[in-house]
Amino acid sequence: MNLITVSGPPSSGKTSVILKTIESLKKRGLSVAVAKFDCLYTDDDVLYKNAGVPVKKGLSGALCPDHYFVSNVEEVTQWGYKSGVDVLISESAGLCNRCSPYIKGIKAICVIDNLSGINTPKKIGPMLKSADIVVITKGDIVSQAEREVFASRVNSVNPKATIMHINGLTGQGSFELSTLIYDEKDNIDTLKGKELRFPMPSALCSYCLGETRIGESYQMGNIRKINLED
Amino acid sequence: MLINLKTIPNLIIEDLLLEYPFLDSFFSNNNIVYQGNEGKSLADYFDDLGQEHREDMAIDPDLFYQQLVEFVKQMISFLGKDNEIVESITILPGNDKSGIAEGFTKLEIKKGQIISIVGPTGSGKSRLLGDIEWVAQADTPTNRRILINNDKPDPKWRFSTSDKLVAQLSQNMNFVMDLSVYQFVELHAESRLVENREEVIANIIKKANDLAGEKFSPHTPITSLSGGQSRALMIADTAILSKSPIILIDEIENAGIDRKRALNLLLSENKIVLMATHDPILALMADKRIVIKNGGISKVIETTIEERQILSTLEELDKKILSYRRKLRSGERLLEEESIH
Ligand SMILES: Nc1nc2c(ncn2[C@@H]2O[C@H](COP(=O)(O)OP(=O)(O)OP(=O)(O)O)[C@@H](O)[C@H]2O)c(=O)[nH]1
Ligand SMILES: Nc1ncnc2c1ncn2[C@@H]1O[C@H](COP(=O)(O)OP(=O)(O)O)[C@@H](O)[C@H]1O
Ligand SMILES: [Mg+2]
Ligand SMILES: [Mg+2]
Repeated sequence: MNLITVSGPPSSGKTSVILKTIESLKKRGLSVAVAKFDCLYTDDDVLYKNAGVPVKKGLSGALCPDHYFVSNVEEVTQWGYKSGVDVLISESAGLCNRCSPYIKGIKAICVIDNLSGINTPKKIGPMLKSADIVVITKGDIVSQAEREVFASRVNSVNPKATIMHINGLTGQGSFELSTLIYDEKDNIDTLKGKELRFPMPSALCSYCLGETRIGESYQMGNIRKINLED
Repeated sequence: MLINLKTIPNLIIEDLLLEYPFLDSFFSNNNIVYQGNEGKSLADYFDDLGQEHREDMAIDPDLFYQQLVEFVKQMISFLGKDNEIVESITILPGNDKSGIAEGFTKLEIKKGQIISIVGPTGSGKSRLLGDIEWVAQADTPTNRRILINNDKPDPKWRFSTSDKLVAQLSQNMNFVMDLSVYQFVELHAESRLVENREEVIANIIKKANDLAGEKFSPHTPITSLSGGQSRALMIADTAILSKSPIILIDEIENAGIDRKRALNLLLSENKIVLMATHDPILALMADKRIVIKNGGISKVIETTIEERQILSTLEELDKKILSYRRKLRSGERLLEEESIH
């Protein structure tokens, strides 16, 4: 089975791109399943189901969504493997911009959109910097100049990535993506022993443990203070 | 200066910047604040940041070195400029949606030519433009192949961000940035590493004003440009700043700009222009038109002399409509036998 992890800021077009790409994969006779990770809420599972794609969803709720992803990705892989699909795609929203749920040796795609502003590539950390393929969406609603400037900013934080433009509404470009993500020789049956590409932030403070009150005396553990001096 | 993964950690930041000034923006885009540390090597800079700070900033020196080496390589080749010049592209036939072979043997399009693409919605006009952008090699649903300069194309055309084969004028022409016209074009010029920036920017704004009905100034915020002004700016900017040799126009709505001048501007920059269109004026302005049916190219028609005469009639009509619109807008009455100007 091929495993592909897709991440990107909320509403950047991940589901649209994945659905269009699945159409092309299916035309080549490949079967695809999707695992969707999100935080509080998602409707994406319905979208996948309606497209006839087997789907599982996981909501992290009160937990850090990226930590939740890593804690469950092996189980999800087993699910995909046992269902016998050729390709399993995971979709997760990068919620804090610092994390990257990418795994060494597993194809990683980051989806960002042209509307998010030209400084966005600078603000997104490893999720963008360590992706193998960067998909830029919503090019249909900005100018050629903005597309070029945006793509060149992406290129300067991740020159090694393949950068593709895809229109999530029409699917223009998704056929091309589908040719890049499937590799006959890849056969993932487990992720055990594999490593994250980037360490996640270490954080354990009183608020992680359910504290709600504000003020110094309630703060314990890993605490850092903002510098307000001039 | 030898730049590779071995040498890079020990190179001094100052020396790097001196040799490759474009690294200044690379450092800044990667949140590397080198100011005050110019005399240090990269390795020392990262050491002095300390582990905790590096983790905070999500900086991984090894990944950074790899990206830097790759970026320098790309930029050197981009600035090298002795890149292959695209003189022509050739479309080799594939099949339509039913799998039937297309009705032509070979279509070569040369620099300075305009080709229009006509056919009903859903017939495959955008797919043809997509095949060209992807430099299809019998690996798209149409099985077409695209040659560049009559030869199998270099794979770089598919993936390079700085050397894209194709620039697209989008259907929707909105700007989302909050900048003045001048700042906007400047930003684009910067990303293209243009040298005589001021001159180029002034030229683009002048050309855009020639195309647009109503004038705008360099200080106008781009978000307050009218539809026609935005299109004019975008066309002038793409014609002059995009390095891409091919311009694709997918059903752009053309109200408010001078179509003939727009196409002439693109051609004067030696581009190949392909446009999917339902607009008879644009369709007839082309040297040839490709007729698409059921996903396949069914005919390639050269614009005849008779059609060119029809085009002139259409253009007269178009001018008349434009002038009526102008008059109505300014509160005048229209007169039947009025001459147009
Ligand atoms: N105009 C335009 N809209 C797009 C494009 N791609 C996606 N959209 C729209 O953007 C919205 C969000 O797209 P989704 O595919 O749901 O985004 P997502 O990243 O999966 O969102 P979450 O999973 O909720 O984080 C939808 O309304 C899409 O129709 C595009 O290329 N152009
Ligand atoms: N030769 C072909 N074989 C298979 N599918 C095709 C072919 N040509 C076009 N298509 C598909 O038909 C659909 C409509 O084509 P599109 O290019 O969007 O039409 P248009 O731009 O003319 O409205 C797209 O999904 C496209 O991929
Ligand atoms: Mg989604
Ligand atoms: Mg179309």
